[in-house]
Amino acid sequence: MDLMTVLQVLDSTVRLATPLLLACLAGLFSERAGIFDIGLEGKMLAAAFFSAAVASLTGSVWLGLSAGIGASLVLSGIHGLASITFRGNQLISGVAINFLAAGMTVLIAEDWFSQGGRTPSLIAGGRFDGITLPFAEALRDLPVIGPIYYELISGHSILVYVGFLTVPLTWWILFRTRFGLRLRAVGENPAAVDTAGVSVVGLRFAAVAICGVLCGIAGAYLATGLQAGFVKDMTAGRGFIALAALIFAKWRPWYALYSCLLFGLLQAVALRYQSIEVGGLVIPVQFMDALPYILTVVILAGFVGKAIPPRAGGEPYVKER
Amino acid sequence: MVDVTTGGRPDQAASTAPAIELKGISKAFGPVQANKDIAIRVMPGTIHGIIGENGAGKSTLMSILYGFYKADAGEVFIHGRKTEIPDSQAAISAGIGMVFQHFKLVENFSVLENVILGAEDGPLLRPSLAKARGVLKQLAAEYELNVDPDALIQNLSVGHQQRVEILKSLYRQADILILDEPTGVLTPAEADHLFRILDNLRREGKTIILITHKLREIMEITDTVSVMRRGEMTATVKTAETDPAELAELMVGRKVLLRVDKTAATPGKNVLEVRDLRVKDDKGIVRLKGIDLDVHAGEIVGIAGVSGNGQSELLEVLGGYADGTGQITLNGQPLDLTGKHSDGQSRRARGIAHVPEDRQREGLIMNYFAWENAAFGYHRDPKYQSGLLMNHRAMIEDTERKIEKFDVRPPNAHLTAKNFSGGNQQKIVVAREIERDPDLLLVGQPTRGVDIGAIEFIHQQIVALRDQGKAVLLVSVELDEILSLSDRIVVMFDGEIMGYGPAETANQVGLGCLMAGLGGTDTEAMQGWTISDAASAEPVDPSKSLIEAVDEKLHEKEAREARKNG
Repeated sequence: MDLMTVLQVLDSTVRLATPLLLACLAGLFSERAGIFDIGLEGKMLAAAFFSAAVASLTGSVWLGLSAGIGASLVLSGIHGLASITFRGNQLISGVAINFLAAGMTVLIAEDWFSQGGRTPSLIAGGRFDGITLPFAEALRDLPVIGPIYYELISGHSILVYVGFLTVPLTWWILFRTRFGLRLRAVGENPAAVDTAGVSVVGLRFAAVAICGVLCGIAGAYLATGLQAGFVKDMTAGRGFIALAALIFAKWRPWYALYSCLLFGLLQAVALRYQSIEVGGLVIPVQFMDALPYILTVVILAGFVGKAIPPRAGGEPYVKER
Repeated sequence: MVDVTTGGRPDQAASTAPAIELKGISKAFGPVQANKDIAIRVMPGTIHGIIGENGAGKSTLMSILYGFYKADAGEVFIHGRKTEIPDSQAAISAGIGMVFQHFKLVENFSVLENVILGAEDGPLLRPSLAKARGVLKQLAAEYELNVDPDALIQNLSVGHQQRVEILKSLYRQADILILDEPTGVLTPAEADHLFRILDNLRREGKTIILITHKLREIMEITDTVSVMRRGEMTATVKTAETDPAELAELMVGRKVLLRVDKTAATPGKNVLEVRDLRVKDDKGIVRLKGIDLDVHAGEIVGIAGVSGNGQSELLEVLGGYADGTGQITLNGQPLDLTGKHSDGQSRRARGIAHVPEDRQREGLIMNYFAWENAAFGYHRDPKYQSGLLMNHRAMIEDTERKIEKFDVRPPNAHLTAKNFSGGNQQKIVVAREIERDPDLLLVGQPTRGVDIGAIEFIHQQIVALRDQGKAVLLVSVELDEILSLSDRIVVMFDGEIMGYGPAETANQVGLGCLMAGLGGTDTEAMQGWTISDAASAEPVDPSKSLIEAVDEKLHEKEAREARKNG
């Protein structure tokens, strides 16, 4: 395997890891505040559809992005209302959001565009294009460093860079700011936050809102960056893989980056090597496609070790002495 | 109602406004009147005790003061000013700090982070943390409130966690401190230290409200005391002008016998014989390191020790819900320690009855009726069967008989267990176990969370069982209970027996040393006692008080375990 092939696989890894990473960090904010969210998938899907639909209708990818974030925020609001205000079961609320998004997107798409539940393919202006970083062209011919910079680091869409910069930002917010301290505390022991005179409900809604924004960006990236338009169920379980990555990362931002890159790599390998011959035996395409999911199960079953979720996760807060 | 205008301290002028004054506070939860027209005045710079049985309304009253509940009626005055306290934030800014019975700390945060939580100085943490570090150092020097600011809460002992709670309040510049049952979870040494801290705080002019059901604490530290019964404030008196018997009577509403009335034991044959019992828990930590123990017919053997030193595991193995290695015989016949004949069912069949330490989790099913709970464990008994089915009528009638005999209130077999108070729940468990006429009764923490009236009754029942010639093994973290109930005492520390001997020659100080694994002169002073070699006989560093040495030793052990858990 030459350097170029490796770089291409890694380049693809970065692209595929981005939506996982954004969704994973979205889940991290929510779960660190004690709200379990298996509705990441649904929020991404809704965001993917509305960003593609609005981008297609207006021709502006930025309006599309805003619409995607807005759609995801609405679903987050529903989740917050159900699980924080009305103290409902967070898993059931999440499942409901996933179903709602899966059905609603196709229905509206068919109604608006009549193309079998998809949006028209996005053309220039309706998509996020790759950005060529400064000096990429100039450095291109340098050995090793040139191709790495040109192929791997430069040339992604703005949302990829946003996704990767969100990692240090998340770390900084969680561990260096007052908001982060309170957010982590509310996921561990809401009673401590409440008796300290800080609103548990307010903090949890803030966390759920951040989760909505990040899921929105993730979904918009899927439909307007990674691909050109929305197709039915295009998230393909990414929300759940992001949750797996979150557990694998033990709810920590930097580990989330590593685990999302790992899952991204698995997807990239599966995409590139559709059929491999091993000693005369052809491994079927379907197996390669299933590999990331199989490995997800294996990794979660065997390699996570002791992952301690936030202690108050999943439990509605009821004031008591 | 006796009115107290001064806190009993000479430097307090009678004209000073009270730090806290409550007028006509009432609060009802549905049909239950938790607080009824409560009035109370607490003078600044005093320690005011509030005593009452479980469910008397003490905690409700304090929750109102801390903004957790809203009173239905009544007014609150802080330093003479009428103050509304709709939430905790308002209580904090009024200068009220609360140390809850169950700490409100974030376990995996450091001490500093817990202290600043909610009281940060700005959006970034670094300056707040730096400031808090300085303030904590100062508070530690001023009030003997030493805690490592960078330690994680989960690695601290309960006593230190409580100090963090007090520090949290002081950091928020509270000058009125409310402590709810603060010594319930502390070792005797830790409780002594807490009282020293409270004394220092009083000297600095802080006002302290101490809620407790322990008469000894009230007598030891408070200036004035208010007694609550059934939601009402029945009296407020100066501590110096009252005595425990009077307070107990005010609390319960009748005369109460505070000490256990029992004759000398007449031990018979050996009922329980434990040899070299070893237990390893599921984390691989060795909890029992070779226990040898005998319990004879007609005697009560009390196991003293700080909780978490192997007493629970001992009860679990004997009661049949943990495995161990070694030999145990009952009436000369060996008991299985592993396998299918080592379960609770088999133990009961052999004549071992068990009142577990945690009645709400191990002793009862809280959502089941009293009559179901009163038969559990013995539900396969022929007298409860009718053909293939259970004979509910027989179970209910049997329960009603037990309820009457053990004075369970309310006397209703059709209430679920959670609708009884702690004391009455415990009576149901005790009735179930004692009424089976066992050869050996295992009792863990028989009076934890049980009110004075019920304590008296439960103690009488245990002694009565002994007098019928049965063997009783008692585990309790309350030294008073061990001392008053036992005929012989065994002290455990870190999974080993540190010493044993007759109860009449034992004293608090000697037992306290043994409970921390210390030997030495105080333990040798106890006549007729055998001190194990495992108790370190090295002399206590003379520069430190005995209490500090005990504290230190207990911490060493906790730190060791925390590392293994790590």
